[in-house]
Amino acid sequence: MTDTIFALATARGKAGIAVVRVSGPLALTSAEALGVSGLTARQVAFRKLIVDGEILDSGVVLFFEEGASFTGEKIVEYQIHGGESVVAALLRFLGGVSGLRLAEPGEFTRRALENGRLDLTQVEALADLIDAETEAQRRQAQRVLSGAIGRRAAEWRKDLIRAAALIEATIDFADEEIPENVIPEVRDIVIRLSDAFRSEIDGSRSAERIRAGFEVAIIGAPNVGKSSLLNALVGRDAAITSSVAGTTRDVIEVRMDIAGLPVTLIDTAGLRETEDEVEQIGVARAKERASLADLRVLLLEPGGSPEAWDVEDGDIIAWSKADLFPVLNGVSGVSGHGLDWLLNEIKLRLQDRVSGSGVLIRDRQRSALTLASESMASARGWLYNQDVSLELVAADLRAASHSLDLLVGKIGVERLLDEIFSSFCIGK
Amino acid sequence: MFHVKHFDVIVIGGGHAGTEAASAAARAGARVALVTQKLQSIGVMSCNPAIGGLGKGHLVREIDALDGVMARAADAAGIQFRLLNRRKGPAVQGPRAQTDRALYRAFVQRDLAGQSGLVLIEGEVVDLIVMQSQVCGVVLADGQDLAARAVVLTTGTFLNGLIHIGEERQSGGRIGDSPSNRLGHRLLDLGLKRGRLKTGTPPRLDGRTINWSVLDVQEGDEAPTMFSFLNDRPAVRQISCGVTRTNERTHEIIRSNLSRSAMYGGLIEGVGPRYCPSIEDKVVRFSDKDSHQIFLEPEGLNDHTVYPNGISSSLPIDVQRAYVSSIEGLENAKILQPAYAIEYDYFDPKALSSSLELGDLGGLFLAGQINGTTGYEEAAAQGLVAGLNAAHLSQDKAPVLFHRSESYIGVLVDDLRTRGVTEPYRMFTSRAEYRLSLRADNADQRLTDAAIDLGIVSETRITEFRTKMDRLFSAKNALRARSFTSHELLERGIQVSSDGSRRSGLDILGAFAIGPEQQEALLPELLEMDAAIRAQVICDAMYSRYIGRQDEQIAQLKREEHTIIPKDFCYAGLSGLSGELKAKLEKLRPSSLAMAREIEGMTPAALALILANLRKSALLQDAG
Repeated sequence: MTDTIFALATARGKAGIAVVRVSGPLALTSAEALGVSGLTARQVAFRKLIVDGEILDSGVVLFFEEGASFTGEKIVEYQIHGGESVVAALLRFLGGVSGLRLAEPGEFTRRALENGRLDLTQVEALADLIDAETEAQRRQAQRVLSGAIGRRAAEWRKDLIRAAALIEATIDFADEEIPENVIPEVRDIVIRLSDAFRSEIDGSRSAERIRAGFEVAIIGAPNVGKSSLLNALVGRDAAITSSVAGTTRDVIEVRMDIAGLPVTLIDTAGLRETEDEVEQIGVARAKERASLADLRVLLLEPGGSPEAWDVEDGDIIAWSKADLFPVLNGVSGVSGHGLDWLLNEIKLRLQDRVSGSGVLIRDRQRSALTLASESMASARGWLYNQDVSLELVAADLRAASHSLDLLVGKIGVERLLDEIFSSFCIGK
Repeated sequence: MFHVKHFDVIVIGGGHAGTEAASAAARAGARVALVTQKLQSIGVMSCNPAIGGLGKGHLVREIDALDGVMARAADAAGIQFRLLNRRKGPAVQGPRAQTDRALYRAFVQRDLAGQSGLVLIEGEVVDLIVMQSQVCGVVLADGQDLAARAVVLTTGTFLNGLIHIGEERQSGGRIGDSPSNRLGHRLLDLGLKRGRLKTGTPPRLDGRTINWSVLDVQEGDEAPTMFSFLNDRPAVRQISCGVTRTNERTHEIIRSNLSRSAMYGGLIEGVGPRYCPSIEDKVVRFSDKDSHQIFLEPEGLNDHTVYPNGISSSLPIDVQRAYVSSIEGLENAKILQPAYAIEYDYFDPKALSSSLELGDLGGLFLAGQINGTTGYEEAAAQGLVAGLNAAHLSQDKAPVLFHRSESYIGVLVDDLRTRGVTEPYRMFTSRAEYRLSLRADNADQRLTDAAIDLGIVSETRITEFRTKMDRLFSAKNALRARSFTSHELLERGIQVSSDGSRRSGLDILGAFAIGPEQQEALLPELLEMDAAIRAQVICDAMYSRYIGRQDEQIAQLKREEHTIIPKDFCYAGLSGLSGELKAKLEKLRPSSLAMAREIEGMTPAALALILANLRKSALLQDAG
């Protein structure tokens, strides 16, 4: 049986309406769970969505039958109010319904494809869409994995492999001289991991409000006016501005709200070759950071050329010192010239890119961790049982590592065997 | 000039793979010839005198569910049966038996001799007859040609076999037999990718010179578990094994002679199995351990030879004598045959199809150690797959495929052809991601129905199987018909959340760890079932919760496997794939979406992109 998936189908950010789509055999079950009943296919129904006896929101609920929907599966669409908290609450609720999970990027489209719901021209048009999606994903994954979560996930992964190897060694090499009781060590690992997952999940909710959003990097030669531009955009002194080239040695981040989208503006060190060691580090960090951002604003001196810069399609090129040299697409942090144009440009391009993947990936991380955490809880239960069912602990560990795959890639059986053979002398 | 004899299938080799291949092909209705260098060597156990174990026992059960030879032979020859992991859950229990070599070989030879449609031929195959990239027969050393639609090659360690005893080296497939070098060269000419592996055996001891009185004893199970679903008790007298250990002095002898070991002296280039290390390996790699266990396994009821399991080696004979006599109980033990290591060629199994046929040379099937595996059971399982499919090829029938979600046989074949091997491949239960449903106890439920449809199962087994399934069906129905409210369960002291839902007898057996007395009190139906059926019902119920989750994954996997990517699929033309991923796809050329997913760095969106373009070409074709 196919599982049932859900996701926010409209762009993220403040909007009048948000559409959350549920596709799969349990689509109607999701509606029942929200207290919605009496849906007729292809007829608009205005309903209250109820969670734990309280009204979450009211909105239009649409039902499409199998074979007559975008994906070809049963679909229920919730058109609710577009506030972020309402959307987040609904997504969280759906994530808790048994048998439902958050869709992978492109998964609705993929199901539509698999079920033969797209025609030739639509299939052709897809490539571009997916192109954008993979690029955004790659960047997102890199950002995540190069950071704290990546390091933590690598540790978790090591622990999971260790616990699985201990269990599997006692299962597969029962006849050998494996140190008899591996349970205490496995139990320690399982408790440690399940606590770690829990605290990560708890932390992620509050962290997300602060952290979710787009990153826009301002890049350009030293002293071209990046910091003044940032200050002007934000309206306060966030970066140190001075006229000595190379003042901004590190990366400075400022969060702001652009047309309802949370945006982190990043002021990078001037990208240039330098002998100063501290500055070199700053430049390297800035380069890395800029390449991972969702959008770059390249600030050029009047008459400069963009050719030396790592810009990508869709990035913005602006001309600095527009207070002195007013040109098309010119900006000035000093006079405020062109700031409205730039803000509007940033807004348009970000909205263009809102494929929902930013928050989805974080949501997915959370739902992956939630699943992993449930598996660990189950394993923990078995490990305190007097007759430990090791094969069930192993199944739970496998499920947990499957969930973590989304974060850290595969834990193949070969890796597991490596761990076993390097730890135990096995073989008669 | 000889008259050319015609067959449907020719099997080369009379080991465990060859035996199952010949038997399966003949049972499938093909006219089969098994060609081997010595008829008397058919069914020989060339390494340790035991069958089964964890993962391996599962394979033997599956072979039996398909009415193969191995399980019945092991039951007939079993002189000590032990169910491994008896105290763990049924999914990870594996039957194992110590076997009498002579009885085992005799059973196999008798079984093959009695198999209709099968001819046994003594001779050396020196060449294959190939026409238009299709194998259509073999040439024997005496010049005789044998024609066939399909050929199964099960040459074990005989291809370029090289035996090492210390600094001494000799060509050979097994002590006392000559290697098949001419055939080996012929296969090399085909341009198949080749690798080199090694394996080893311990010195064989004269049991009459072992001081058993000072040694610990390992007994068999009181209630032995048979391999075959058709048997319920051992056929011959049961024995026990001895247990002893190496000591510091043994280790010292080995350490000071390491440079004389073929392996440590650098004479061996092949890669050995990590799970079956030589005693040299153990002493070096785990230097903190001052002792290693040795099982002393009698090779037969009327055979004085003892197999000391745990001290395989490639040290010279004088060092072997010294280290053996340093071990408690073996002080005066006489070595009947020295330990040796053997190196041999294998062919990269990634060149095989799911039916173990070579992609580039139609009609040629490879099975057993030639594919880089180790172990009788792994060889036999492949032999069965290859033999069955060779028969089907000769009969113009569709291939018989084994899926990894349905059998360990499927796991084995899938692992070999998708991952290849880097060391001799041995089955472990941890290789089966659907382990909870692939159990030794339900191999018949998983496979026998399909085997009956294939027509490869004896009448006796069909009758037994159907009777068992009927009883199982009605037993489960009886338990399903019974249901309890949460209130009723709480009253009986079963901790259940009072959610008002009703639970059936089957649900209860699956969800709660309750003892047999309580089970019986709650479900008196259990008392009316015979012990085997009851055990089976409880076993099936026990994992049902976990198996639901597995089924979802299996469904996803199968969808992706059924989406075939054509060999000439153009990745270069896909905009949206990263250059790195494109290069990997170009190089690896996955044959299905499932295989593409396994590629490192693959993303769901990239998979969707590939799928989209597959659909596009399909739509274009439809339109055209």
